[in-house]
Amino acid sequence: MSSFQTGWQQLWSIVGKDLRSELRARHVWVAMALFSALVLVVFYFAFDLRVENRGPVAPGALWIAFVFASVLGLGRTFASEQEHGSMDRLLLCPVDRQVIFLAKLIGNLIFLGVVEVVAVPLFAAIYNLPILGGALVVIVVLGTVGIATMCTIFAAVASTTGAREIMLPLLVFPLLIPVVIGAVRATQSLVVPVVNDPPWPGLLAAFDIIFVTISALVFQYVVED
Amino acid sequence: MNADALSMPSATAETDGRMPLEQEQRTAVDVARVRKAYGLRPVLRDVSFGVVAGQCIAVLGPNGAGKTTLLRILATLTRPARGSVTIAGYDALHEAHEVRRVVGYVGHTPLLYDELTAKENLLFFARMYGLPDGEARADALLKRVGMRSRANDRAGTFSRGQAQRVALARGILHDPPVLLLDEPDTGLDEDAIRLLHDLIAERGAAGKTTLLTTHTLERGLAWSDAAVVLTDGRVAYAGPSDEMTLPDLRLLYANARRSGR
Repeated sequence: MSSFQTGWQQLWSIVGKDLRSELRARHVWVAMALFSALVLVVFYFAFDLRVENRGPVAPGALWIAFVFASVLGLGRTFASEQEHGSMDRLLLCPVDRQVIFLAKLIGNLIFLGVVEVVAVPLFAAIYNLPILGGALVVIVVLGTVGIATMCTIFAAVASTTGAREIMLPLLVFPLLIPVVIGAVRATQSLVVPVVNDPPWPGLLAAFDIIFVTISALVFQYVVED
Repeated sequence: MNADALSMPSATAETDGRMPLEQEQRTAVDVARVRKAYGLRPVLRDVSFGVVAGQCIAVLGPNGAGKTTLLRILATLTRPARGSVTIAGYDALHEAHEVRRVVGYVGHTPLLYDELTAKENLLFFARMYGLPDGEARADALLKRVGMRSRANDRAGTFSRGQAQRVALARGILHDPPVLLLDEPDTGLDEDAIRLLHDLIAERGAAGKTTLLTTHTLERGLAWSDAAVVLTDGRVAYAGPSDEMTLPDLRLLYANARRSGR
C-alpha cells in the first residue's frame, strides 16, 4: 500500500472515529445547534429589524451565531482528546501529523455543516429573507472552511493550556475577523446587491487556502512536545 | 553497583543513522547522554544505557525521577534537549515515523475512546498501523487478554482493570519489536498481572524487547533481566536485575528522597 493510500485510509478512519463518537455522545452537535438557534432568536429581538434595515443587519447575526457556536463546540474536539490523553495515543501511531489535522478539520466541517443545515433555514424563516439558494451555499461553505480551520488549529493550541475555554476565543476571534467580514458582506450582497463591491467569495476562498495551508504546516509543532 | 553495566556504544557505532547489522540485531534500544528539562528544572541529566534485543528492562525510580519522561522520549512523544535515542536501528529524533512503527506503548492510564467498543478501539488502531488482518488480530488479542465477551461493549463501561487489559491488547496489536510499559500494572487484578507477566515472557522468548516502569519494586526486579534505576534524573544503577537486591534499591530510593528535600 502506498503512503498516500495509507494516509487516505488513516484520514477517513480518524474522521469515522470522531463522527461515531459524537453520534453516540452527542456532546457537540446538540449544543452547537441549540446555541446558534438561540443567538439568531436573541439577535432578532435585540435589534430593531424593520424591513429596510433587515438586509444589512441580519447576515451579521447569522455569522456571529456560527462563530460563537463553533468556538463553543469545536473546542471540545481536541479538549476531550487531551482530557482523556487519547491525543498522545494517536500521536504514537505512525500517522502523518497533517493527516491528523485534516481529519480533525473534516470532522469539524461536518459538525458545523450539520448545525448550518438547521440554522440557515431557521435564519431565513425568522428574518424573512428569501436568500436560500446556490449562491448562499457557496458563501456558507467558504466561510465555514475558514471558521473550522481556525477553530481546529487553535483548539489544538488551547487544549495544551490550562485555561482552554478562555484561551480559544481569545486566540480565534481576532484571526476570524477577515473571514467574518468577508462572509457577512458576501451574504449581505445576496440581500442588498452593492455596485463595485469587492469579490468577497474570492477573498474568502483566498483566506481559506492560506489558513488551511499554514495550519496544516504548523500543526505538528502545536501537538508535539 | 555498576552504573555503566548496560551502557552501549552509541553514536560512534552508527553509519548514516542506522547501526551495522550485527549490532542492530543485538541492540534494540540505545539511549546516549539524553538530557531533558521542563523550564529550568532538569528532568533527565545525561542518561545513557542500552538494551539488548529480547531483554526485559525495568526502569525504576521514585516519583519525579524521570521515568515517564524517558519513556515518552523513547515513544517519540517528547524530544530530548540533548543526546540521541536509537530504537531498532532508527534515530528517534530524525526517523520518528519509523520508530512509531516498531514501538508499542501502554501507559498507566488506558487512553481508550470511551464511546467506542473494545473491538472498535482495536480496529481503529489497526487501521492507524495499516494492519491488513486487523479484524482477526483484534479478535485474537481480545481473547488473549480475556475481554472477548466484552468486545462489543463500550470502553466507557469498563472497570479500570478491564480498560487496562484492552490497552494492553492495543499496545501489542502491531506486534512491536519494542514495547514500552509505563506502570502497566496499575489497577490490574492478580489474574491480569499474571497475563502481563506471561506476555512479557513470551515477547522475550520471541526476541522482542520490553521496557517496564513500575512502583512495585519486587515485581520490577523479578520480571526483568536488567534494571535501570533513575534518581533525580540520573542513572543511579544500570545492570542485571539479579545483582540488585531490594534493600539496595530501597537505599537508593531513600537517598534520593533525602537529597530531594
